[in-house]
Amino acid sequence: MSTTTPTSGRGAARRRALIGRTVFAGPGLIYITAFMAIPVLLVLVYSFFQRGRFGGIVWEFTFDNYVRAFEPVYIQVFSNSLVIAGTTTLLALLIGYPTAYAIAKLPARWRTVALVMVVLPFWTNFLIRTYAWIILLNSEGPINSSLVDAGIISAPIGLLYTPGAVIVGLVYAYLPLVILPVYASIERLDRQLVEAAGNLGASRARAFFDVTLPLTLPGVMIGAIFVFVPSLGNFVVPELLGGGKTVMVGNLIRDQFLEARDWPFGAVLALFVISLLVILFAMQAAISRRINGTGKRMSSRA
Amino acid sequence: MTLETPLLTITGVSKAYGDVVALDNVSLNIRQNEFFALLGPSGCGKTTLLRSIAGFEDPDVGSISILGPDSSTPINLLALPPNKRPVNLMFQSYALFPHMNVRKNIMYGLQREGLSKEEIAQRVEEVLVTTGLTDKASVRPAQLSGGQRQRVALARAIVKRPRLLLLDEPLSALDRKVRAEMQIELKRLQHEVGITFVVVTHDQEEAMSMADRIAVMHEGRVQQIADPVTLYAQPANVFVADFIGSGSLLHGTASESSFSAYGSTFPCHNPDHISGGAVLVLRPEDVRVTGVTSTDNPLLVGTIIETHFYGGSSSTSVRVPEVEDVIVASHPGAPQHHVGDQVGLSWDPQTAVLLQVHP
Repeated sequence: MSTTTPTSGRGAARRRALIGRTVFAGPGLIYITAFMAIPVLLVLVYSFFQRGRFGGIVWEFTFDNYVRAFEPVYIQVFSNSLVIAGTTTLLALLIGYPTAYAIAKLPARWRTVALVMVVLPFWTNFLIRTYAWIILLNSEGPINSSLVDAGIISAPIGLLYTPGAVIVGLVYAYLPLVILPVYASIERLDRQLVEAAGNLGASRARAFFDVTLPLTLPGVMIGAIFVFVPSLGNFVVPELLGGGKTVMVGNLIRDQFLEARDWPFGAVLALFVISLLVILFAMQAAISRRINGTGKRMSSRA
Repeated sequence: MTLETPLLTITGVSKAYGDVVALDNVSLNIRQNEFFALLGPSGCGKTTLLRSIAGFEDPDVGSISILGPDSSTPINLLALPPNKRPVNLMFQSYALFPHMNVRKNIMYGLQREGLSKEEIAQRVEEVLVTTGLTDKASVRPAQLSGGQRQRVALARAIVKRPRLLLLDEPLSALDRKVRAEMQIELKRLQHEVGITFVVVTHDQEEAMSMADRIAVMHEGRVQQIADPVTLYAQPANVFVADFIGSGSLLHGTASESSFSAYGSTFPCHNPDHISGGAVLVLRPEDVRVTGVTSTDNPLLVGTIIETHFYGGSSSTSVRVPEVEDVIVASHPGAPQHHVGDQVGLSWDPQTAVLLQVHP
């Protein structure tokens, strides 16, 4: 690939293309380097040193932070978070996929309207939207009172300050992040593939599970990651709707930096979340290559 | 005409999308084991008709029925959902499932029929051999060439052994050389598997060379249904004459045995007793280039604007004042004249087709 002779026309063209690409990608690259690569590197470095008494770092190398992360109490927080984020993701997919499917089947001019409705909540402050759930879920709130009025329950039940409330709040917050990528993949799917399945004898349900679902799986996975990762790191919703009883990784990391002033340990926890994210994206890429049957081609070109 | 019951009967089918009429009272019969072509320019309704047969469009009125398996009772196709129709469609884009390899693509339709594993495996192997895809069986569609994809699409459809196979522009995605090979292969396969083929195409050469019968469509209506030779020699109307083959049209007025146009009167063959507005169709092979003297007795006189030499034959394009169409004459051998020459044109009145122009 790199055997370009400067004098050959092809080499010059390739070099021009490279310069062009650098110019266009430049601002993005600089931004990513400054605000992502360097901070992540910093977090990585911090994780190997000792905490300062009032925050900050004492530059003495140690693995203690990593060892500490495997103490049962932290394992518990991690598994708690994984269950809550996993349930959130599952629920968001179960609600989001049918919604995205329905939007993709709308007439073209209604699709735009529906998509604007999906992102509309983003125009309101996240805290206000989460506080709204406190009003909805508390024991005098509309959900409890209408359940009592309908005679389904005799006295208000504790909805707020439960893991369930945290999940409801997280699903609500991140649902649009599922709907949009899933919508994009359904909309892009060649309608003739579904027709072909029907023509070959598949019922509509069968065609959905054999063709539509597997081919939209890359979009589903993107949506799942978009919900799973921020749910794992979210600390506002567990605090407001979980009442501080439900501790998630997000809360833990924030506490290390802002309250316990243990930056190195916070860095370790943050690295765990970042690694999980990288692994998930790598899985997503591998699966979408498999689905489109382009795996071999890509590797032979590299 | 044979008296056997047609395999597919389409009667009075119409379909409109808002104000756009896609199909206008289309009726036609397709016989068993024939290679039938629906031919017309884009937007003529041929694809809508094909999709109506397959079940992806619902005609507003009309009926489509296919002969039942016992060859006696016709089945009303329009009452069946697409997956229950004994009809397979080869899509223009081929619509191969990208997440399945060639064998799984081909197997898919048989699995939906609930056949035994052994039968599925045997029929898939057979069709892989017929279409020459055996060594590609475990490859994904993305790694195949256009011609190979077309064969997979064909294999996936014929493995179902439908009584009717619909092909939507089967060759349009292929380059010229592969096209010619595939044309022959399609014809061979049709004979081999004994399935009735209905091909939709906008390419008249493709239709003429492959089909037993052709329905020419224009603006949602069937213009003429005939075998290729009849279509060429006896076009039913001006559209068919213009669309099929090349030829020049002279616009004028017909009477019992003559045709007047551009201030001249030509003798003509008028078996249908056409009178009034008419068109005379001149096919290139019927037009002779002559001298301009009275002994040559030319019917028209014009100037040569182009000559082409094709090796075995050549064509001469002549511009005649007042005539809208350039008149093309083809003849064996090298061109006899030069661009700019004044020449006469004549033709045998028996060979030129006279057509009524409907006001």
